[in-house]
Amino acid sequence: MSDLHSLSLHQASSLLAGRQCSSEELVQALLKRIAAVDASVQAYVSLDAESALAQAREADRRRASGGSVDPLLGLPIAVKDVLNVDGQPCTCASRILEGYISPYDATCVARLRSRGAILLGRVNMDEFAMGSSTENSAFKVTRNPWKLDHVPGGSSGGSAAAVAADEALAALGTDTGGSIRQPAAFCGCVGLKPTYGRISRYGLTAFASSLDQVGPLTKTVQDASLLLRAMSGHDPMDSSSVDVPVPDYSLALRPDLKGMKLGLPKEYFVEGMDPQVESAVRAAVEQCRALGAEIVEVSLPHTRYAIAAYYVIATAEASANLARFDGVRYGKRVEGEDPIDMYGKTRAAGFGREVKRRIILGTYVLSSGYYDAYYLRAQKVRTLIRNDFLKAFETCDALLTPVAPTAAYRIGEKKDDPLQMYLGDIFTVTANLAGICGLSAPCGFTGGGLPIGLQILGPGFKEENILRVGHAYEQATEWRLKKPELKG
Amino acid sequence: MSPSNYRATVGLEVHVQLKTRTKMFCGCPTEFGELPNTNVCPVCLGYPGAMPVMNAEAIRLCVRTGLMIGCRINPYSKFDRKNYFYPDMPKNFQISQYDQPLCLGGEVEIEVDGRKKIIHVTRIHQEEDVGKNMHFESSSGIDFNRAGTPLMELVTEPEIESADEAFAFLLALKQILVYGNISDCNLEEGNLRCDVNCSVRPEGQKELGVKTELKNMNTFKGVHRALSYEIKRQIDVVSKGGTIRQETRRWDDAAGVTLAMRSKEYAHDYRYFPEPDLMPVVLPTAQIEEWRQQLPELPAARRARLIRDLGLPEYDAEVLVADKAVADYFEETARLCGNAKAASNWIMTEMLRALTEKGLAIGAVKIQPVALAGLIKLVEAKTINMPSAKEVFNILFEQGGDPESIVKAKGMVQVSDSGALETFADQAIAANEKVVADYKAGKKVALQFLVGQVMKLSKGKANPQVVMQILEKKLQ
Ligand SMILES: [Zn+2]
Repeated sequence: MSDLHSLSLHQASSLLAGRQCSSEELVQALLKRIAAVDASVQAYVSLDAESALAQAREADRRRASGGSVDPLLGLPIAVKDVLNVDGQPCTCASRILEGYISPYDATCVARLRSRGAILLGRVNMDEFAMGSSTENSAFKVTRNPWKLDHVPGGSSGGSAAAVAADEALAALGTDTGGSIRQPAAFCGCVGLKPTYGRISRYGLTAFASSLDQVGPLTKTVQDASLLLRAMSGHDPMDSSSVDVPVPDYSLALRPDLKGMKLGLPKEYFVEGMDPQVESAVRAAVEQCRALGAEIVEVSLPHTRYAIAAYYVIATAEASANLARFDGVRYGKRVEGEDPIDMYGKTRAAGFGREVKRRIILGTYVLSSGYYDAYYLRAQKVRTLIRNDFLKAFETCDALLTPVAPTAAYRIGEKKDDPLQMYLGDIFTVTANLAGICGLSAPCGFTGGGLPIGLQILGPGFKEENILRVGHAYEQATEWRLKKPELKG
Repeated sequence: MSPSNYRATVGLEVHVQLKTRTKMFCGCPTEFGELPNTNVCPVCLGYPGAMPVMNAEAIRLCVRTGLMIGCRINPYSKFDRKNYFYPDMPKNFQISQYDQPLCLGGEVEIEVDGRKKIIHVTRIHQEEDVGKNMHFESSSGIDFNRAGTPLMELVTEPEIESADEAFAFLLALKQILVYGNISDCNLEEGNLRCDVNCSVRPEGQKELGVKTELKNMNTFKGVHRALSYEIKRQIDVVSKGGTIRQETRRWDDAAGVTLAMRSKEYAHDYRYFPEPDLMPVVLPTAQIEEWRQQLPELPAARRARLIRDLGLPEYDAEVLVADKAVADYFEETARLCGNAKAASNWIMTEMLRALTEKGLAIGAVKIQPVALAGLIKLVEAKTINMPSAKEVFNILFEQGGDPESIVKAKGMVQVSDSGALETFADQAIAANEKVVADYKAGKKVALQFLVGQVMKLSKGKANPQVVMQILEKKLQ
């Protein structure tokens, strides 16, 4: 079988179950695909083929020994370089963590491992997940598989590009302000940001602790629900993970949307957005109506303060979270005259520009005399935004919006204009501030052939709502069948 | 103005290592004295992705302390990040409590020169300890075994007015902490460390003077010496028309002086903000009340009870209660022998003397309360006399064991049988004609000499009271 690499998780799982292929063959097919196309896509930052093959052979042995088998057994998953995997590097795409080998598994990784999933390799990202284009990686620029001179989005750009380029069946990403949903939209795959507290953050190298969340990037909504269920649930190692039951999300997946009420927040259809994006999203809304959903307009009046509040809170938390990278215990070290001098030199050499910019911004907003005006005020805005959503979800099961105001842009186009880059997060940061869940699903292409994403937002711990909408819409359209043309 | 016309104002920030099995935010043991960097994990080393999990026992101990000294317990409190860079701090921020501590208010009573005084406590909060920098000949290292150990910080109001009062406060606090089983309060292991804020002002002036801070003092004696020096130094400066700079100073114990630290070492903007990885601590009233029910008897209450119920003199009660372990030992001994006064006498004289001589704590002695109680009973039953009893005590103290077998083995059973004693008395009288004559001439003390002779003849086993009676009768 020559195209094992292009399967979805579910397709691969049934081939494995029917003994039509082995896990080892699956991993070999992916390694071959990576060898063929990753020189152009540049999705992976590290790949331990031997370890992946050993895990695959172990999975094949488990399957051969009989007994009940987990649907994830033997399925390879790519991991964003921000999640700790025991014995593997975890650079967060930063020079400062060069040489660091993780001594432990993140909880989400451990849960996948215990079900027999294979940890395939580590994929690129913006340094410490700070960015929306993956151009902030210290190691390489990942390309959009649909147009190699365009960005894949970010910060989980490596995850999205690997899935879109069939270099992975699925990948893990993290989403602090849109870092799963936006690259999924830019690369034409499915990206799910679960509710804050749904999946343990233990082992996720923190950017902004009150906003970060782990989630899957996949080829189908069904695959996303499979990985969500496998990783979800309370973890005693993460006090912010919430102890609410994890439903079998596959039961929510149906072909229609009858009885569902979907809201269109008017603040998410604004001037300045790419008309092609707007018309694709509006067409998707009509498709949902045709599937039986009732569509209503809603208002989220505090949306316009979201970007400012987000960049205050996220950078404040980041300034503390990144303080531990000092060259004392692990990672890069540049010697100095005394400890403080060593910190300065290590951090100057180890962090990239965007990371430094955010640490400085975060330090500033927390400093004495400014705390009330920035941090405290941003927290108040956050409460208002959360209340906006609570009100909207009193009447709606989910909300439909664009993921980003534009499709993917050219590499280098916004790199020197951070503010322009920040404004691109306008439709995604609100879900992180409110702690709710969001899904990005392909809903069309621009005239230039770049994917466009539909965002489906749902109430906290109601992932089944957005998965149901995403699945019904996905099955009623054929966007998922289109693949980028890559030589290899 | 003369130096005696100045008043000192002192506030203390006391850091107490709590007696928990594991660290504040991870499962590493808190044991002291292990090899460097062996009690560590990704959490207390600040590895990427590691997250803190609250130690519920530390919260209970902090609240228990608050309840013991009459604090208001905050039903809602939270943790914050205190940001500053230092090599011994793995995350370069410390998880502490800023504006919502666990305990507010509270008071500790002290006594200096017979004068009682209340020192008010502002707050008690919970935080984590840092690692230890170690300097070698050509390099430095850090031991993170202590990093993340639960640390409770208690802050007093600036109501302390002398080095003696500061010393008395620390002693009283230590007594409470030991009574509550909050901390081992082992100063050598750094279980109790304090920062001292100090200022002086002329008598009659309302507003406080500029304060200096003495950081990280770890002995009570050191606090006393440093504070005596610092108060005198400040008064010297101010009375000569100089001004005090607000600064952090270091106590040089060898030189006996305080020295200003470089300003770089303490200029911090800690940029506190709520710790996003921990949920707020919510304590329902029922929980607080349950903990209140479990409070131990405090020293003052125990003193009163020993006087009231066991009939001890005030002085005895004071001495015994000062050390919880001594008081526990006493109560157990008194219960077993049924003679509180005798138990108190033995412990206050023989036991405390022996402990001081050997530099031991009462928890480490070989003589068990049941053995001391047995010894007291043997004396009461007149089985042995006092000199023998003291000898037995010393053996028990050195080797342990039970008093009856020692008495038996050494043949110490007291001879009260008058037949045998009368023979000894006759021998003593016959051999000491001059002494007998002195006695008969009215020199009553001569009798003591004869008693001593009889004791010698009995090899120390005679009951001295009985011997005295026999001699008196024979010499009438
Ligand atoms: Zn630890």
